[in-house]
Amino acid sequence: MRRRNDGTTECERREFLGIAAAGLLAVVPSFRRSVAVQDTLPGTGPSGRLWDPDRAGRPLPPVTAADNDAAIQAIEKQIHCTCGCNLDVYTCRTTDFTCAVSPAMHARVVVLAREGKTGQQILDQFVRENGVAILMAPPKRGFNLAGYFVPSLVILVAGAILTLVLRRWARAVPAPVAPRPSAVAASPEELERLRHELDRLSV
Amino acid sequence: MTVLGSICLWLAFLLGVWGALAGIVGGLSGRSDLARSARHAVFAMCGALLVAVFSLEWALFHHDFNVEYVAAYTSRNLPIFYTWSALYAGQRGSLLFWATVLSLFGSLAMALTPRHNRPLLPYVAGVVCAVAAFFLSVMLFGHASPFERLAYTPLDGNGLNPQLQNPGMVFHPPMLYLGYISITIPYAFAMAALLSKKLDSDWLVAIRKWTLLSWLFLSIGICLGMWWAYVELGWGGYWAWDPVENASLLPWLTMTAFLHSVMIQEKRGMLKKWNLGLIIGSWLLSIFGTFITRSGVISSVHSFTQSSVGYFFLGFLLVAGVASFTLYATRLPLLEAEARLESMISREASFLFNNLLLVGIAFSVLWGTLFPILSEWVKGTKITVGPPFFNQVNIPLGLGLLALTGIGPLIAWRRASVPNLKRQFAVPVTVGVFAALIVLVAGMREFYATVAIGLGAFVLGTVTQEFARGARARHRQYGEVYMLALGRLLARNRRRYGGYIVHTGIVILFVAFAGMAFKTETEATLRPGESVSLRSPYGSTYTFTSLGLSQYDALNRQVTAAAVEVRRDGKTIGLLNPEKRQHVDGLGRPTFQPSTEPSIMSLLREDLYVVLGGVVNGTEQAVFRFTINPLVWWVWYGGLIVALGGLIVMWPGGGSPAVKRSQAGYAVRLVGEEKT
Repeated sequence: MRRRNDGTTECERREFLGIAAAGLLAVVPSFRRSVAVQDTLPGTGPSGRLWDPDRAGRPLPPVTAADNDAAIQAIEKQIHCTCGCNLDVYTCRTTDFTCAVSPAMHARVVVLAREGKTGQQILDQFVRENGVAILMAPPKRGFNLAGYFVPSLVILVAGAILTLVLRRWARAVPAPVAPRPSAVAASPEELERLRHELDRLSV
Repeated sequence: MTVLGSICLWLAFLLGVWGALAGIVGGLSGRSDLARSARHAVFAMCGALLVAVFSLEWALFHHDFNVEYVAAYTSRNLPIFYTWSALYAGQRGSLLFWATVLSLFGSLAMALTPRHNRPLLPYVAGVVCAVAAFFLSVMLFGHASPFERLAYTPLDGNGLNPQLQNPGMVFHPPMLYLGYISITIPYAFAMAALLSKKLDSDWLVAIRKWTLLSWLFLSIGICLGMWWAYVELGWGGYWAWDPVENASLLPWLTMTAFLHSVMIQEKRGMLKKWNLGLIIGSWLLSIFGTFITRSGVISSVHSFTQSSVGYFFLGFLLVAGVASFTLYATRLPLLEAEARLESMISREASFLFNNLLLVGIAFSVLWGTLFPILSEWVKGTKITVGPPFFNQVNIPLGLGLLALTGIGPLIAWRRASVPNLKRQFAVPVTVGVFAALIVLVAGMREFYATVAIGLGAFVLGTVTQEFARGARARHRQYGEVYMLALGRLLARNRRRYGGYIVHTGIVILFVAFAGMAFKTETEATLRPGESVSLRSPYGSTYTFTSLGLSQYDALNRQVTAAAVEVRRDGKTIGLLNPEKRQHVDGLGRPTFQPSTEPSIMSLLREDLYVVLGGVVNGTEQAVFRFTINPLVWWVWYGGLIVALGGLIVMWPGGGSPAVKRSQAGYAVRLVGEEKT
């Protein structure tokens, strides 16, 4: 092998094949060894320390039964996380694992539940402490009723007006003239064909 | 190159202002020299903006970190694909992208519009130039030029937000932008028709392809956005009623309403006022969407796009809205219908109710999006309007719309008779009721999901019946075999049968949305070798076993990856690898907070969705979230079918009007000949 001026190395074919064979011989025993001494089979190895734990983000506590409690989750899905994410507490704490706000809010919900408070009482407590914006949907009272019912009301009123206008228009149009006696009646099949032709031509 | 880019921005702005003035004055005064100049201004503006885009891409690819935009959105180790897409990753670049695409679309409209619509073109050029000039003025006067330089040159850039480093994000924003931007062309034609008082059907013919194109881009953009949210954000869903998501849905809803109601104007000369209103409204909603995204006036997961330029858009929205509707109001006497509705039981009436629901849903989404602001104004109390509100209000409306999707095609134009209705509805209604009964017997007790499946089956019954009858008619008339008849039916009636394909896609989407009612999830802390089981709504038991964690370096990130073995009812079906990523710049410095990268196994019936939350005490003991999401694959499949149907509808060809006229004569003779 000779080193070129540009730093690369010139290698003859025989030398290359020799190096390749030596490399292969070196790899095979190491592969066998790695299979033979495998010490991290599922269920058998200890949970070793990561090489660089900081890369895995903020350290997390182990999951508890309360984290998976359906009643707690249902409450948390009604509470707005205040970290600025626009998500509910449950979604934020199980999605944005960098957020420190939603785990704290979750812990608060768990504490209140352990004190024996019902779901509604917990929500009320959060509203007292943070204002009504803490709820994912505004409570159905006062001005908020407008939020819930205005769209439906507008659609209903518009639908009623539309129905009235259409009926008036329909009445204003004279009824179709009865077919002349001399006209030849078309068979259902012909009418079907005609309908398809007309539909086809008009699209 | 950035100096050239800045010069081009100024040049394009001046051309835009000139084109707007020359187009509108030339059109109103009938001066052909001004009209020609406006047309040329659109082409020249397009050329200048393309050079500006090239200049910015040059700076991005050459890592010119002295340019503020380049330093803010790229780094030396950013993959080349994302370096290219950084063009529209930030506020300033996306404004340039918007103005450029608008000028490109404007140029295409100038070049491709048929000769008989040429009198409208000076106004179209004027409106396109005015809108583009507005975007350019935001860049130039709102301190939003992408070519602004820093006082120093950083060694490396900040890099692209990790959430944006996803293939979905490369295509989702441009698709949505293309949808928003292309609405400007129908709007410009509508304004041209109003200004020139040429309010016959010519302007409608001229915008037919543009409206379809815009609707198609919006549909694809929305679906890609859902896909991105699902595979990237890690919350296991695809639609969260976020204000920015809502903003993209609004013009889609009104454009969908227009695509239906325009058929009534084309066939019967009715709804002229309504259709013009829909086009103007859709365009204003597209600007409103930009305002919502940019201003941060409502909190959103898209907060990375917020800046001070939002209020430029609010001002523009108000001025454009007042100007458009004032002009519209002055032309109302010219927009009288040529025919009247003949019966309440007609396709026209069903389309009107379809429009009512589409616009109603758009209103309710807009209302919910703006209600926090309204509440703060009225009561001084800030409130949150999240998914529970939108689901409560919109799910019933959506189901009503799904029902009308099936009802509309079954009712004849003008007037339907009772025997005709019986004949048309018998099969689809039976199919729908049968499907609802099957899921009820199978144990489904979710009311909305059951209704969605029943209505979905009804609509599919309608679509199948329409295809079957059409193919049978061709088979009888031309002796074609059924498959050939079906192909020709589709090829020769693209608008109608392409529309039915879109309806099929919508049904699939609705049923897939209903699947999310049966989402199952759990959190677990697992050491290597430990497992957790989760039961799917279909009764299978999935077991997830952690095999351990590994750490490695990739191009621009440090990765912690878990290996999770998945077994279904005891049988191994694959391996999932959720990740935690710490993005770094070219010097190895962390650039953003660590992000999660979910791993998803998409099966036909359900998705297995695993998120690696983090680790306990720096060990291989890891916190996971496991989710089973039923029918998610069908959301993407439904979106593809919608896009395919849209493409079929807008595919050029289908015969000239002369051919159609001759075919009409043939058809009439045929009926008469057989009877005589």
